[in-house]
Amino acid sequence: MPAMNMIQALNSALDVMLTKDPNVLTFGEDVGYFGGVFRVTDGLQKKHGLTRCFDTPIGEGGIVAAAIGMGAYGLRPVAEIQFADYIYPAYDQIVSEAARLRYRSAGDFTAPIVIRTPYGGGIFGGQTHSQSPEALFTHVAGLKTVIPSTPYDAKGLLIAAIEDDDPVIFLEPKRLYNGPFDGYPDRPVTIWAKLPAGEVPEGYYTVPLGKASIVRAGGDVTILAYGTMLHVALASAVDSGLDCEVIDLRTLVPLDIETIVNSVKKTGRCVIVHEATHTSGYGAELSALVQENCFHHLEAPIERVTGWDTPYPHAFEWQYFPGPARVIAALQRAMEA
Amino acid sequence: MKNRARLSLRVPTPPARPGDAPDFSAIKLEAAGEVRRPEIDARPHDVSDLAYALIRVLDDKGRAVGPWNPKLDAETLRRALKAMLLTRAYDDRMYRAQRQGKTSFYMKCTGEEAVAIAAAFALERDDMCFPSYRQQGLLIARGYPLLQMMNQVYSNAHDPLKGRQLPIMYSSKAYGFFTVSGNLGTQFPQAVGWAMASAYKGDDRIAASWIGDGTTAEGDFHHALNFASVYRAPVILNVVNNQWAISSFAGIAGGNESTFASRGIGYGLPALRVDGNDFLAVYAATAWAAERARSNLGATLIEHYTYRVEGHSTSDDPSRYRPINEAKLWPLGDPIERLKDHLIALGEWSEDRQQEAHREAVEQVKTANKEAEAVGTLGHGELPSLKTMFEDVFKDMPEHLRRQRQQMGV
Ligand SMILES: Cc1ncc(C[n+]2csc(CCOP(=O)(O)OP(=O)(O)O)c2C)c(N)n1
Repeated sequence: MPAMNMIQALNSALDVMLTKDPNVLTFGEDVGYFGGVFRVTDGLQKKHGLTRCFDTPIGEGGIVAAAIGMGAYGLRPVAEIQFADYIYPAYDQIVSEAARLRYRSAGDFTAPIVIRTPYGGGIFGGQTHSQSPEALFTHVAGLKTVIPSTPYDAKGLLIAAIEDDDPVIFLEPKRLYNGPFDGYPDRPVTIWAKLPAGEVPEGYYTVPLGKASIVRAGGDVTILAYGTMLHVALASAVDSGLDCEVIDLRTLVPLDIETIVNSVKKTGRCVIVHEATHTSGYGAELSALVQENCFHHLEAPIERVTGWDTPYPHAFEWQYFPGPARVIAALQRAMEA
Repeated sequence: MKNRARLSLRVPTPPARPGDAPDFSAIKLEAAGEVRRPEIDARPHDVSDLAYALIRVLDDKGRAVGPWNPKLDAETLRRALKAMLLTRAYDDRMYRAQRQGKTSFYMKCTGEEAVAIAAAFALERDDMCFPSYRQQGLLIARGYPLLQMMNQVYSNAHDPLKGRQLPIMYSSKAYGFFTVSGNLGTQFPQAVGWAMASAYKGDDRIAASWIGDGTTAEGDFHHALNFASVYRAPVILNVVNNQWAISSFAGIAGGNESTFASRGIGYGLPALRVDGNDFLAVYAATAWAAERARSNLGATLIEHYTYRVEGHSTSDDPSRYRPINEAKLWPLGDPIERLKDHLIALGEWSEDRQQEAHREAVEQVKTANKEAEAVGTLGHGELPSLKTMFEDVFKDMPEHLRRQRQQMGV
């Protein structure tokens, strides 16, 4: 099996779907000739033609609105927003329009669109290239929110998202784009090719939306994570010496409640990790869910390890970023209680 | 019965991509001095031809000709030339610093220096500028200390923005430089709001804002034009058409269908299109718009026709999307060379003095850079205090942030 980094895996997913389905097309700022500033659409215009993969004006609201119109016609557009930090001009179209089209037309019109966008910190992007806006989308009825953490999942989830009949927000952790992440921000990057997780089949396959993955089984404490933080969780699990069960959520909506609940009922302890700001972050939803479903099994308060409630500071990326030290401390608190 | 042709989707493409010969044949250039200069109280409707013309003052021999010649004195021209040289030297040094790993990111304005510097010369010192990221020349021309700019780029302990902003995203209220945002276009309608406030207060200051050709596709561009028109705001709205938005040519923003200046016409705004590599033309157009704004006649849209000589940023490799020698063949030349030639034609400058001024600029940058590096560069040396990370989120730090700060141990 070929080894791919996440960018190549996403490129392969788009290539497979452009080949398979003439209704699939992809567009966004710098997406066409150049292949995207992160190279995710590299070579696709050359291979599939100018009208299947093209550049758009810099107008995120226009990009998403056009995608909605195309979706209403019956196409399956995949729109790229260059950075998640720039999705806000499209927010009205996503929240008020795409999310409710099916509902308000009683199924007459739908928006089977995918909005892909790199998100999260770890590349010294400062406050306008580092945000994690997932909670803003999970709060909206009618949107699906997907976040992969490995190249294999990225490809399988993106194909599933393109085939899905609902609007999907597909957030790509840019810290993981080029190579794996050992959870420690300041250590050098090794290449995906050296890891089994880097193996990605060339052809068509899907990873279903709504299914979490138990990445590491354990009996002491459950760690819930997604995206870049999955790797921080794994590093923390190893270095804490505890028997942690690590769950990669993979999709936040729809959420695999069963896998989470079964795990926490088994371990009796739960630590949630995400890089978005703390207050009203997705961790609050996860925490409430665990409390509602596992109250009688909990042996310690639920812990949340998150970004701070400040904008993302350029010079203090690694202090802002929830690293293993903070996660291990939370694990220990959970075990002491 | 239907018997109609099938529809087809058009996606515009630029005249030349890597491997092709650069092609500027579609560009229509008015001769210097050819475009009329209306009175400042002209009705927008009556000057709509200017949105399609190109105002130029400097001719091929370095002479200043025609009704737009601002007739500046030699001393002012020399100061302007030096400010452009300093801006270029600063860009070169900071670009190298990024390549040496001393900071994360940098963006140059090479070839576009006249756009910001001429505006700084034509505006009053207390007018408020709402720039995007390629108008560092405004700060330099207004005498903002290079050292401070460098401290910002290096996110060191003396960074006036405390390590929070991406390098190049300066901010200085004292120098009339509104804080730069990474989100494109947002400052354009904000400048209109500032100008509305100035009018509301009976102040005499005006505002100016700059965005790229690519950014005109954002909704904010249109909000700005409409509000500026409706409220007759004293603001100058500048579109810097440097032909490229990262890899996308200006045609993707709609520049093939009509000029960017012509966007103003539908909103009832007067619109000028100027040679952005001609210091005198930019100065004259800005002065015209500023006088108009100060006379309570409202806003002007100015399109600066120029070329982005360097990559979009340090993350960019322009040879992947445009012919490598395209910049060299740009028909409007280099703004520094053109102003230099003008001063020489006036008998007020020489090649030797130019060399000397260049050396001085490089030296000045070098000295400031030594001092900045001695304080620290990104992640090395003296850094801003970690405590400050939690400050300025709100005026007073709420309890939850105080607790988070303690959790972090600072
Ligand atoms: C809202 C938003 N969308 C996308 C981006 C990413 N981006 C940064 S600069 C840029 C190109 C801007 O081109 P243009 O407006 O022509 O200005 P230039 O860089 O040529 O000066 C893009 C797409 C952004 N910063 N903000």
